Amino acid sequence: MAPAVPKSGDAIFASVDRVNSELFTLTYGAIVRQLITDLEEVEEVNKQLDQMGYNIGVRLVDEFLAKSNVSRCVDFRETAEVIAKVGFKMFLGVTASVTNWDAEGTTCSLILEDNPLVDFVELPDTCQGLYYCNILSGVVRGALEMVSMKTEVTWLRDMLKGDDVFELQVKLLKQVPEEYPYKDDE
Amino acid sequence: MQFFGGSEISPSPPAPTASGNNAHMLYIFNRNGVCLLYREWNRPLKTLSSLQDHKLMFGLLFSLKSLTAKMDPTSADKGNLGVPQLPGQGCSFHSFRTNTYKLSFMESPSGIKIILVTNPRTGDLRDSLKYIYNLYVEYVVKNPLYSPGNTIRCELFNTTVDQYVRGLG
Repeated sequence: MAPAVPKSGDAIFASVDRVNSELFTLTYGAIVRQLITDLEEVEEVNKQLDQMGYNIGVRLVDEFLAKSNVSRCVDFRETAEVIAKVGFKMFLGVTASVTNWDAEGTTCSLILEDNPLVDFVELPDTCQGLYYCNILSGVVRGALEMVSMKTEVTWLRDMLKGDDVFELQVKLLKQVPEEYPYKDDE
Repeated sequence: MQFFGGSEISPSPPAPTASGNNAHMLYIFNRNGVCLLYREWNRPLKTLSSLQDHKLMFGLLFSLKSLTAKMDPTSADKGNLGVPQLPGQGCSFHSFRTNTYKLSFMESPSGIKIILVTNPRTGDLRDSLKYIYNLYVEYVVKNPLYSPGNTIRCELFNTTVDQYVRGLG
């Protein structure tokens, strides 16, 4: 049996169920709106979105792995490419590009030119500190943590704040080797 | 089969190679060594408590994996025996066979381990294990009431896995 070849983002995107993108965009908008009402502080909303994204990411990774046939994520460079080309395509319908690698190969940027979450969105003056898409950074962080990569994910550029693209910086803090989980038998 | 989203699980299950009822036990572990699911169909002999049994199985896989990676003649960069590896690093085994049973094993990069113990004459079960992983994603991971890292208590998953494994060759 030949080992299964990882599938392309387009192939997976074509085979999974999708929802209407306006429904998706408006539902996400309603969630953010409700969080702002409930939590009042924009900082708190950012935190909450990140946490929600993290909880999604730790589950999403299994669906991603099952459907994409990706069998190993050891190399961070390769992993970043796969997230940008396959992961984003599979779940958001857009692809990102990977740039701005630092010399050690531990920090890079994911550039999103198109982002379905922000159709119809304008930030009012009272919400200038809001990272509207902070859920995405949480998803990336959560998913990577499940494949043993501790990362820090931050927004460098945001189209809602007047930049020309979305830029998500992913910084690899450490890779955690698999350890024997039990203590010595008692 | 009808699923929550109304879609079929892809890939569709591989065709059984012989008429079923070959399976002895199925284990699913997460990366922390928690046994998420244990099922048995035919296991006349039991000598250990279930907790000890799960630990022993997990320990066997863990050690065997590091041994197989250590013995790999094709790779130059390997650590000393027992040095922890990153998931997906090094090679791994997918089954072993004794004169009385066959153990098939798969591990996802997220550390989910699926182990199926069957009759020694069973053929290649790699596709079947992958299919069980897909079932796990559809019925367990996507179930909002399931909290990751806990024992699986999803009736739908249990019955589907049960049916599928009973039909395996």
